[in-house]
Amino acid sequence: MLRRLHPEQPDSFAFTPANQAWAEAQMTKYPEGRQASAVIPILWRAQEQEGWVTKPALEYIADMLGMAYIRVLEVASFYFMFQLQPTGSVAHIQICGTTSCMICGAEDLIAVCKEKISPKAHTLSADGKFSWEEVECLGSCTNAPMAQIGKDYFEDLTAASFTKLLDDLAAGKAVVPGPMNGRYAAEPKSGLTSLTEYEAGKPQYNASAELATTIGDSVKRIQGDEVPLLTPWIGKDGVVAGRAAAAPTPAAPPQPKPAVKQAAEAKAKAETKPAPAKKSAAAEPAQPEAAAAAVTEEQEPELLTAARDGQPDDLKLLKGVGPKLEGMLNELGFYHFDQIAKWTEAEVAWVDNRLTFKGRIERDGWIEQAKQLAAGEETEFAKTAKKDGRYDDK
Amino acid sequence: MLKDQDRIFTNLYGMHERTLAGAKARGHWDGTAGIIEKGRDWIIQTMKDSGLRGRGGAGFPTGLKWSFMPKESDGRPSYLVINADESEPGTCKDREIMRHDPHTLIEGALIASFAMQAHTCYIYLRGEYIREREALQAAIDECYDKGLLGKNAAGSGWDFDLFLHHGAGAYICGEETALLESLEGKKGMPRMKPPFPAGAGLYGCPTTVNNVESIAVVPTILRRGAEWFAGFGRPNNAGTKLFAISGHVNNPCVVEEAMSISFEELIEKHCGGIRGGWDNLLAVIPGGSSVPCVRGEKMKDAIMDFDYLRGELGSGLGTAAVIVMDKQTDIIKAIWRLSSFYKHESCGQCTPCREGTGWMMRVMDRLVKGEAELEEIDMLWDVTKQVEGHTICALGDAAAWPIQGLIRNFREEIEDRIKAQKSGRMGAMAAE
Repeated sequence: MLRRLHPEQPDSFAFTPANQAWAEAQMTKYPEGRQASAVIPILWRAQEQEGWVTKPALEYIADMLGMAYIRVLEVASFYFMFQLQPTGSVAHIQICGTTSCMICGAEDLIAVCKEKISPKAHTLSADGKFSWEEVECLGSCTNAPMAQIGKDYFEDLTAASFTKLLDDLAAGKAVVPGPMNGRYAAEPKSGLTSLTEYEAGKPQYNASAELATTIGDSVKRIQGDEVPLLTPWIGKDGVVAGRAAAAPTPAAPPQPKPAVKQAAEAKAKAETKPAPAKKSAAAEPAQPEAAAAAVTEEQEPELLTAARDGQPDDLKLLKGVGPKLEGMLNELGFYHFDQIAKWTEAEVAWVDNRLTFKGRIERDGWIEQAKQLAAGEETEFAKTAKKDGRYDDK
Repeated sequence: MLKDQDRIFTNLYGMHERTLAGAKARGHWDGTAGIIEKGRDWIIQTMKDSGLRGRGGAGFPTGLKWSFMPKESDGRPSYLVINADESEPGTCKDREIMRHDPHTLIEGALIASFAMQAHTCYIYLRGEYIREREALQAAIDECYDKGLLGKNAAGSGWDFDLFLHHGAGAYICGEETALLESLEGKKGMPRMKPPFPAGAGLYGCPTTVNNVESIAVVPTILRRGAEWFAGFGRPNNAGTKLFAISGHVNNPCVVEEAMSISFEELIEKHCGGIRGGWDNLLAVIPGGSSVPCVRGEKMKDAIMDFDYLRGELGSGLGTAAVIVMDKQTDIIKAIWRLSSFYKHESCGQCTPCREGTGWMMRVMDRLVKGEAELEEIDMLWDVTKQVEGHTICALGDAAAWPIQGLIRNFREEIEDRIKAQKSGRMGAMAAE
């Protein structure tokens, strides 16, 4: 099944402090160098916080775990519990439709969803409160048919009890999960046929419903402070005993890096690190640029606190500069083409070290472009950019 | 019928205390250090003698599986990974263990890990089981607090950590190597075997993957003895087993029973009989969605164990998830829904499965409506045979078998529907 990121994405993502602490605690479950193991639980927490998995969240988590973005995207698109589109503000309803539930009436529940929420799965209801989908077996087959709403299983449903459930949720009423037909858990409905000894003193709810009622977070967006954060595996001495007792787990083999990243890193290395002390007669003439760059000290160029006469140049007309980089350049104190045209090598190094896209100034030839634009000439890129209006405000 | 005192999961329905104190009152965590003191070889031998076969579906002898683990570390740690990714349609037994009787699993994890010299165990829980995760984690936290896990776990001298990990809704992660991939933070795509996990599993280290129920029964077997456990069921099918009966019985339920119980006794004793009586029984899927269905009239006297269901009925015990269908069921549609399930859950790695599950579902789709030619039944059979056995993992087989079971047992129904669609009237109904 084709699963893609939603076309509309928020600008940023950040965990709440409590969720951040929780996520970092999860990473300690895995041996050194194997933190990527935590990707599914942490993505899941991001979804619990936001309601769905956004692109900024993917990138944030990839950076946190030292994973390539594409690896995290692969995980998010492979596992069906990750919602890649916005879900209902109150709840996302998941109806189990696999055989056991189907033959016990799941199709009636789906009909209710189509009527009350939206004719199509994965789309929001008119009031934005609900969304729904049919999912594969949820593992509660003896309590069929059933639905998962938020964190909870609502079991032994009928079209009528399910409709009432949706109405209660829409009205903001508290609902108790578990079997909806008076059963306690997965025992025979007509009465116990085994384990009768404890029936008399049983708690009010089964384990799942009890947790739901005590924590009260069935359909809540999770902030992380609902339950205390525990990491009992880290002993009082700060040591994970089982890990200390065993031989160390081999680290993950290094992942090959994409060519672009390699090139950028090689360049950054050549520009910032001094050449090795050991001289190689054969190698030296081959890298005059690298040697020259290595001795280049950075020097702060002339900076402005604001554009002259409040009229900044459109730096986006430089090939390689988009809205994001333009903002960064403005922040550093560059507003005009003539400023960029004047940069010396040392000044380029200064700017380069302050931008997140190293080596770009040289690669895209900003200085040459800026010289032309400052002189009032057009560059090829500026012409097309103006023509197609790619940076015009929408 | 199995007596309550012979049941291992004494809090299956959660009616007794679910805390550590409650578990101890029911006899769990009793003399755990003493069991570990008897040593690795004794534990593995007792497990072999007990005749326990893996409860995750394939029925591989558990003790034998443990003995594949290296006796001495070659510089790599060993791992136990517990497969709690219970996603086989019809199966809902491990859920009851984890939320209501979690201490059986935790104690089993400690003993089993010691037996294979593992200091660390991961439980891979399916992502949808959120409350089960919380219940199990609460039990684990309590064990750490009381010194039953961590350094010198339960006073045994063995340092042991138990971590709860979860997936995010992929059936394929129930396959052991896909589970390990997923646990390493990747897409759940099965690995080629060999190397088997006992040689190179999680993080490239020796690993054993066991089902929740297989591990949770270990402490009781070791306490009560191999003979006690082997005393239930026919030879080679020993022990007690959790059965999950869903579908058209009067009282669907999860219940622990002795292996080799007859189907009739299981249904009559615990499920209040078939909806509409035994004459109304159409078909049964006796072991979860992956095993072929069986015609109702053959099931009444069936013995519920590995060998009978495979040998006599051409089906299997699988996870002992019994799906019962009465005569009001559209059997073709019921199997079509399974085809749709396998198409949805194919990981996409092997071509025969990725493409074949889609083909099979689309042909099934037309068989449900009767908009097909009679020859297509044989064509569908051929397709299932080309998927079966041609994939890295068993999902291809699992997708093929339900359809083969349908064609083998209900060919007439499929043909009738096609004919009725062509002639515009129900052929079989005309005589009534």
